[in-house]
Amino acid sequence: MTEFLQQLINGLALGAIYALIALGYTMVYGVLRFINFAHGDVFMLGAFSGYYLARIFPQESFLGAAGVFAGSMLICAIIGIIIERFAYRPLRDRPKLTVLITAIGVSLLIEYTGQHEKVFGAAPRTFPNLVPDTNFVIAGVSVNSDQILVLVVAVILMIGLQLIVLKTKIGTAMRALSFNAQAAALMGININVVISFTFGLGSALAAAGGILYAMNYTSIDPLMGILPGLKAFVAAVLGGIGNIPGAALGGLIMGVVETFTAGYISSAYRDAVAFSILILILIFKPSGLLGKTQVEKV
Amino acid sequence: MKKAHVFQYILVTILAVGFFGCKPADDGDVIKIGEFASLTGREATFGQSSHAGTALAIEEINAQGGVLGKKLVLITQDDQSKAGEPATVVRKLISRDKVVAVLGEVASSRSLEAAPICQNAKIPMISPSSTNPKVTETGDYIFRVCFIDPFQGTVMANFATKTLKLKNVAVLTDVKSDYSVGLAKFFKETFVQSGGKIGSEASYSGGDRDFKAQLTTIKAANPEGIFIPGYYTEVGLIAQQARQLGITVPLFGGDGWESSKLVEIGGQAIEGAYFSTHYSPEQQTQQSVQFVEKYKAKYNSLPDAMAALGYESALILADAIKRAGSTEGSKIRDALAATRDFEGVTGKTNIDENRNAEKPAVILTIKNGEFKYVETVEP
Repeated sequence: MTEFLQQLINGLALGAIYALIALGYTMVYGVLRFINFAHGDVFMLGAFSGYYLARIFPQESFLGAAGVFAGSMLICAIIGIIIERFAYRPLRDRPKLTVLITAIGVSLLIEYTGQHEKVFGAAPRTFPNLVPDTNFVIAGVSVNSDQILVLVVAVILMIGLQLIVLKTKIGTAMRALSFNAQAAALMGININVVISFTFGLGSALAAAGGILYAMNYTSIDPLMGILPGLKAFVAAVLGGIGNIPGAALGGLIMGVVETFTAGYISSAYRDAVAFSILILILIFKPSGLLGKTQVEKV
Repeated sequence: MKKAHVFQYILVTILAVGFFGCKPADDGDVIKIGEFASLTGREATFGQSSHAGTALAIEEINAQGGVLGKKLVLITQDDQSKAGEPATVVRKLISRDKVVAVLGEVASSRSLEAAPICQNAKIPMISPSSTNPKVTETGDYIFRVCFIDPFQGTVMANFATKTLKLKNVAVLTDVKSDYSVGLAKFFKETFVQSGGKIGSEASYSGGDRDFKAQLTTIKAANPEGIFIPGYYTEVGLIAQQARQLGITVPLFGGDGWESSKLVEIGGQAIEGAYFSTHYSPEQQTQQSVQFVEKYKAKYNSLPDAMAALGYESALILADAIKRAGSTEGSKIRDALAATRDFEGVTGKTNIDENRNAEKPAVILTIKNGEFKYVETVEP
């Protein structure tokens, strides 16, 4: 039983990070109907911004950690907006496939620029401790302070996101755009501003995910975003792409399933199981767990 | 029209000069030696240390007048710690740079990739520190100057039963690495033979960052120690996550741990862990003391086992070329195979009939963030 609970906690902490990345995929898809494959690399840039910012802010203090989070989220929001402005906006009226291939191109550009020795270099780096590291043991189950922080930060950010999307003017505009971009434009919504905002918001969440990931798994490198990015994409599809609570749920399920696979079967099947889930979902419920089936209008 | 003509002439001339003007570098007065190493990427410190050692040896040999009256030139290629890359760079070394021999690599999986290429080209290859037996089994042109994993596995199994007095251990293997899988196998064989029990076995893939699932399973089996035959990046993370999960039993592993990055990543969690390796700068033999002095003078840091073996591999190669009296692949090969009682930094090198070296192993522990010498185990 203790082992089971421990695995569950391990899985939830991992899943919360996937959920944060998955939110970015889902929001961009909801508004623009395309998958931003460079999202996993923004996640990596978030971790690296955190790495450099941690030198400025006081170490091992909550205030310092908050500063690192805020700074890194801001940097990545700006990067996200720049990527959209220069790579995706010029192609907005082109076929979706063109934009998709561009997204892969942007992703490779970030990865290999990052590996250049004058940028980050290919060697892994050690991420510093942002908050004092302690272990709590409750009924034989060890919970690390970093794991608690992951869950708390993830929940706060998800509630915040939900509030922005449902209660604010720009959130309403985002939803209007996802229903019908043309009609929204006719109603006087500035589409460019809303799309930039969506990219900024999604990238900021990815940055937070990157720092949380780096805090838990302390080595970071320029290719660290590839696999979590893919897993989060699966999580977004699993929950129903375009659906925000769905992405959160999908992320948590992915984290838990992966951990149980590695713990009880074999780590060799970890990724295989993740992508099998994607295939099963695409066969049996293509709209995802919480997604609504949409009728294609002709 | 006339102007365009002139331009065409100029262009053709430039191209012609470009193609035929630069003669191939004169091979007459130098001997080219190729090296491939993981200078960047996940196992970067392996390649950097090994290269530092090799470069020091080449410099020394040249200062003494070189080999066969010619200077040695070391051509180094980085394989970025990536699978697939060694094959590309070694082909380049052989076909374009026309090296007479190849030195490299530390990681067995990457040496295994380059070995068939050197074998087919009949270019002798010396791996300084790949310990998986399969590396030299590739063919008669592939050598190594370190011990092999059956010996290392035995050393660590004996250390676990005799010194640490463990009866029940868990093994956590990197399934992507030939080195890790091989070392785990040899460790388990000896450990079980001497009455121990493998309480739990788990695996990961090199590049993973989350090991908590496997460690939780291991913890449930209640082992008295965990043997982790992996490379330092993952081992550091494993140690950290093990301590976070409340696992306090000793951790121990093999020469893949040897890197200053291990302590950087593992921090407090790796304190008190043990690993076997080839060399410790604390060894007080004459060769070792001299080597440490020279290494410190050049790089301002202490050499590790990879540096010592990188240094030795170049010296042994130079010695073989001298005895062969030629840079022909087959002659260097025969001379390498006949290497006997070569006094080096890590002990005497005797190349056996399987082109491996029999050498003592050293066991180190991590104390206050530094590697400390524990004992030497003779073969």
